[in-house]
Amino acid sequence: MTAAALLEHYSKLKEEALKKKEQEQKQPLIMVGTASCGIAAGALEVKEAFLKEIKKHKLQASVQEVGCMGYCYAEPIAIISKPGFPPLCYGNVDEGLVKLLVQSFLIEDDPCYEYALVALEPNDIFPTFSDFPRGVYEHKIIMEHCGFIDPEEIDHYLVHDGYAALAKVLSQKPEEIIEIIKSAKLRGRGGAGFPAGIKWEACRKAAGEEKYVICNADEGDPGAFMDRSILESNPHQVIEGLAICAYAVGASQGYFYIRAEYPLAVKRVQKALQQAREKGFLGKNIMGSGFNLEIEIFQGSGAFVCGESSALVSSMEGKMGLPRHRPPRLTSSGYRGKPTVINNVKTFSYVPAIIRKGADWFKSIGTEDSPGTAVFTLVGKVKNKGLVEVPMGTTLRQLIFDVGEGPPDDKQFKAVQIGGPSGGCLPESALDIPIDFDSLKEAGAIMGSGGLVVLDEDDCMVAIARYFLEFTQQESCGKCTFCRLGTKHILDILTDITRGEGTMESLQILQELAEDVKDGSLCNLGKTAPNPVLTTLKYFKDEYLAHIMEKRCPALMCKEITLYYILPEKCTKLCNVCVGSCPTEAIFTREDGIKVIDQGKCVKCDNCRKTCPPEHDAVVKLSPAILPEEGGEKK
Amino acid sequence: MELLKGEKEAILKHTKEIFQEFEAKRENLIPILQEVQKRLGYLPRLAMQKIAEFLGIPPVDVFALATFYNQFRLNPPGKNEIKVCMGTACYMVGGKIALESFERRLNIKEGQTTPDREYSLERVACVGCCTLAPVVVVNEQIEGKVSPTRVDGIILSLQGEKSKEGEEANEDTKEKLKGEKQ
Repeated sequence: MTAAALLEHYSKLKEEALKKKEQEQKQPLIMVGTASCGIAAGALEVKEAFLKEIKKHKLQASVQEVGCMGYCYAEPIAIISKPGFPPLCYGNVDEGLVKLLVQSFLIEDDPCYEYALVALEPNDIFPTFSDFPRGVYEHKIIMEHCGFIDPEEIDHYLVHDGYAALAKVLSQKPEEIIEIIKSAKLRGRGGAGFPAGIKWEACRKAAGEEKYVICNADEGDPGAFMDRSILESNPHQVIEGLAICAYAVGASQGYFYIRAEYPLAVKRVQKALQQAREKGFLGKNIMGSGFNLEIEIFQGSGAFVCGESSALVSSMEGKMGLPRHRPPRLTSSGYRGKPTVINNVKTFSYVPAIIRKGADWFKSIGTEDSPGTAVFTLVGKVKNKGLVEVPMGTTLRQLIFDVGEGPPDDKQFKAVQIGGPSGGCLPESALDIPIDFDSLKEAGAIMGSGGLVVLDEDDCMVAIARYFLEFTQQESCGKCTFCRLGTKHILDILTDITRGEGTMESLQILQELAEDVKDGSLCNLGKTAPNPVLTTLKYFKDEYLAHIMEKRCPALMCKEITLYYILPEKCTKLCNVCVGSCPTEAIFTREDGIKVIDQGKCVKCDNCRKTCPPEHDAVVKLSPAILPEEGGEKK
Repeated sequence: MELLKGEKEAILKHTKEIFQEFEAKRENLIPILQEVQKRLGYLPRLAMQKIAEFLGIPPVDVFALATFYNQFRLNPPGKNEIKVCMGTACYMVGGKIALESFERRLNIKEGQTTPDREYSLERVACVGCCTLAPVVVVNEQIEGKVSPTRVDGIILSLQGEKSKEGEEANEDTKEKLKGEKQ
């Protein structure tokens, strides 16, 4: 099939989509962000409220569900575009604001700028994304349309050149496409950063007719949710990337491996696949080119190790998700023993843009060895939480302090945990490291899937290391002895330390054991599991020492070596808030009216400290857990 | 856990129906387990035996998978399912405190169901609402910023709903809560 014929076929479909869009834009359009995070914050109620108000006032306006644009701290988010005004985005929308907006904006032409977050198009009245520090650093490629298009509507994707890349490649030779991806130096976004082009080429060259392409959406890191967000916000982009890959390697069957814990993502991908089939972008003889491709969804059952590609394949075959020795690589013997390419959601998402705009464009973004952008979930003790896409090479400091605006409540920044359970904690001094695959690895962390948790002075580094070890220890599949028993032993030592029962000798064992687990494990789960321990030992040894030598938790977080105490000189005697707040009746009133905590009953839930009125602020945490002498106070 | 009256029949009926939808291939084991859990709420021992027979594999292979993957549960879910988020962000700001509060109030440990099957308690990895941390999911409804006081509130409101239905309230828990309030 010639390029011209394909282009004509595609243009016709796009034309239809554009016409539909024009029709939509004639009346006010309200878009509500309904990815999982938005729904959790109440987006569906907001949508209902809009519909109700519009019906009540008999207005001509439509309401659409869109995905997530990454501004999690402002959910639920609504975008209103009314002819004659720039499209405006409103954050923290509730029913009251809906009523106000419908009355003032839709009926009376007053956009209520005081409630608006940002305008989406340049204008003379209201700032746009690029007027904020975050907008300056951000460079959106794969999240460009997330939050602005209806994920359940293929025409919205078509309007933004969706499936144009697929139409383009179908007239080209598969080898040419692999060459483009190779020269763009696209590296796998699943964590390790293996060049996608080389993987594709190996699969292309592998013997055999039957080949498979799998999209890895088994996002298991606690604190990372960008894959989910992309699938929920723009599933067609991933499908297009996967289809291009399938064409390039010569596969006619593709799979999405999605966690069953992401029901909305499963639903939206299912719907998107259906629509793509109807439009002829999937199925037999795609756009008349003679290329066939079917894509199915496999729901993963929630095992962290299945993010490892050989374990993923094993679980698709109905077995336990155990990784295996490589070689043979999956590109020569993967799913059902056939050549298989497995790439992450984000990796596939970059593909359509690279095909449309060329390898040189992609290489102009980011650093030389890690071109393109990085997507991070910025969470923890930071003001602007959310999903951020920045060019590779941006420093951690820019990301945390300029984009995220640093820790809230004037707290002191302590560390950033990057890369989830396989990553590490980096201190303030390491913040000027540029974000790319190689620099982060050198510092002891990894790029990982892009979870980024900011920690402040109230977070204990030993407890953090313990938390991640608890996770990897539970998720260890049990195949390698070092990973299975080593992580357990590390966890036990860390638990002892957080209880104030650690010894200097155990600290030495900890270090050695961590090195051994790293060397003695087959897959990356085990190889990287000790990273949280090794980095905290390297950068925050003083905290370990405080726990061991003084039985003191500097961050006052480890329960066993802290206690709650009511300062007698501050307690007002007149209020009873703390007594009522205590879930275990541990607080009683002493003869002189001062409240006292019965240490035997206290479960250290922090309720009394939170409820004590700020003007008294009488409840404090003390570590080491020794009650102060109350010399002259006692009467 | 003991099977309830009529449960055995239900298990046999559902598994039979499910087997008609799938080919007897090892590859279908996980989808079958998922479907069984979707219908019955958990994987009863009997159902796993039936699946093994259907696929012609040893029951231990089915059991191995059911215990390997986090999604599958071997205990029946409670009428009220409580899931406490243990993602990094939630853990840092007191997810564990919320979990312990539930354990104390319901008198069960995580992963268990109260003997009357009213409540089940689970810990889950990130539910993706890190800005609302600590998060608890109660019957699919997300509760943000959960303190121990809120835990009591959640349980009280669930019991309130129950007595509204005119059923007998969970005496044990209720009395305990009452006693503690006095």
